[in-house]
Amino acid sequence: MRWLLLKDLQLLRRSPLQAALLVLYPLLIAVLVGFAISRDQGDPRVALVSPSAEEGVQIGGQDLNIDPRTRLCARVECIDAQSRAEAVEKVRSGDALAALIVPRNIATQVRSLATLDPARPQVEVLVNREDPVKARFVDDRISSLLAEANLLIARRIATVGGEYLGLVLNGGEFEFLGQSIPILGLRASTGILTALRPEVPPGALRDSLDQVIRFTTLARDNLDVAPPLLRAVAEPIEVKRSSVNGEGPPLDLFSVAVAATFTLMFVVVLLVSGSLALEREENAFARLTRGLVSRAGLVGEKVGLGMGVGMAVTLLLLAGISAFVPLDWGRFGLWLVAIAAGGAGFAAGGAALGAATREVRASSLLAFMASLPIAFLSLIPSGAVGGGLFDAIQVIAALFPFKPALDATTAALDSAGPNLGMALLHLAALVVAYGLLARLALRRFAAV
Amino acid sequence: MAVIGPNGAGKTTLLSILAGIVEPDGGELRLPDGGVGWVPQRAALYRRLTVEENLLLFARLEKREDPHASADEMLELTGLGDRRRELVARLSGGNQQRVNIAIGLLSRPVALLLDEPSVGLDPRQRARLWDFVGGLAEGGTTVVFSTHDIGEAERFGRRLLVLADGERLFDGSSEELRSAVAEEAPEAAGRDFETAFVTYLQHRGH
Repeated sequence: MRWLLLKDLQLLRRSPLQAALLVLYPLLIAVLVGFAISRDQGDPRVALVSPSAEEGVQIGGQDLNIDPRTRLCARVECIDAQSRAEAVEKVRSGDALAALIVPRNIATQVRSLATLDPARPQVEVLVNREDPVKARFVDDRISSLLAEANLLIARRIATVGGEYLGLVLNGGEFEFLGQSIPILGLRASTGILTALRPEVPPGALRDSLDQVIRFTTLARDNLDVAPPLLRAVAEPIEVKRSSVNGEGPPLDLFSVAVAATFTLMFVVVLLVSGSLALEREENAFARLTRGLVSRAGLVGEKVGLGMGVGMAVTLLLLAGISAFVPLDWGRFGLWLVAIAAGGAGFAAGGAALGAATREVRASSLLAFMASLPIAFLSLIPSGAVGGGLFDAIQVIAALFPFKPALDATTAALDSAGPNLGMALLHLAALVVAYGLLARLALRRFAAV
Repeated sequence: MAVIGPNGAGKTTLLSILAGIVEPDGGELRLPDGGVGWVPQRAALYRRLTVEENLLLFARLEKREDPHASADEMLELTGLGDRRRELVARLSGGNQQRVNIAIGLLSRPVALLLDEPSVGLDPRQRARLWDFVGGLAEGGTTVVFSTHDIGEAERFGRRLLVLADGERLFDGSSEELRSAVAEEAPEAAGRDFETAFVTYLQHRGH
């Protein structure tokens, strides 16, 4: 079998176009994918006009970080601007996609929210809408940041408001202009008034006293529920996030896995189907299987060829992509296992195609026609189509090697990926099934 | 031995059965010790490999003790030694057929099956081919070839087997076939042998 393998590699080498494609194709894909991913990682630039970060805000005795750099600059690339005019110019010239203008007295304004004379702080957002997609993106990021800031402040004010209400209810010390003012509180007031009541003779004064006692009792009872109500107003809907189906891998690594699996599929399916069909086109099949090589052996040799070349090409691709996206080379062993298994699945599928078509051109055409739709079907996420249709797509995708090969590659690239063992088992079953199909279809090769 | 007959007579099927490529529906097949070489009608070669690479590949697959020596031997036998490093695709049809036959001879079989070896060759190439095949036969190799060309069969076949629609019509020497044709189709007497042979087939219902 090794001599046949050597012969196939010699034939590959003899075709400069094919050999060049095998090397250039993965490199080209690697550069394209790597460039796309690394470009996507670049955050949009936002011009920021903001007072010094040193000016902090205290509300209710606690520091409140209202510096936009802390949160915004973690999500976008901030460019400092000294004035509104400079920020507008940066947005107009395209140097920045948007600008966030924070007033110089923002700290005072925010601080006033917890006083008896609150101001309403205002920030300004400028967005360049030349690129609607990016504009929407940056708009969403700034809006999300402001919503977070609003929520943070509202929570803190609700807490301060709750503390004031507690003082009114229970009494205590109130600090004002450096002086401590004792506050009696509703509970103590009710107690005093109730104690006084027997001393007051029945009549109009006692009736008035009863009215005050009823009011203080009612106010005390109802103010008990005010603090949780204030908190609810500050954050009416609480969001609880949890993941279904476990944590997925990062989008970058999934993109790398898709690129690697696509490359593996095209190279291996086309190579193996064409190589097997070539045995018949060159009329060598009958001579080979006349005692020199068994038909199963021939299928095995082609699967081995596909695995070997597929692994080399896919590893070349991953090495190329690693120049753009950091890959965990510590998982190299798992990469090899996943790519070998995926390559075997695609090679067995390619052998079945080559055996069924019997002609190199027809096998190449069929390989393209069959591989692309199956790959795209396998990438349809749940929720994109109706439940019944999605189930049908899942079943169809499971009959072909792309989905398990993608799962295996994703799992090999990142520990948060799908279950590698299941994907390998799935691929092993498909290798056996397609290998048998190829062996059966080879009967047509022998027709005289 | 020349196997002759019209299209669809079963010549290729018979040779394929003898080569072990096709399973017979019935009957008994006895093959000589020492193996049977098979040369298909269309050259079974890798056109993008050189002559030598093709010979070496099949010598290795045949598990020859010294594949290089076997390949050299065949190159000498076919007279293609000076073209050993040439791609098969660049060879003429006649030379491709010589390489095709050489591969069939790699296992040094006692019998060689040639399926219409002269198809597609020009007269000069055909003459060289039959010289080569004649040399093999003189060297002791039993050669069974199929052909459409009755003249070729008469000239190079010591024994002729006539098939039509899978039926054996005649088995004997060319002289015996001439006698049988003259007896079956006297009206064709005096005409060329090919015309007489066609008349003979018609008389036999083919």
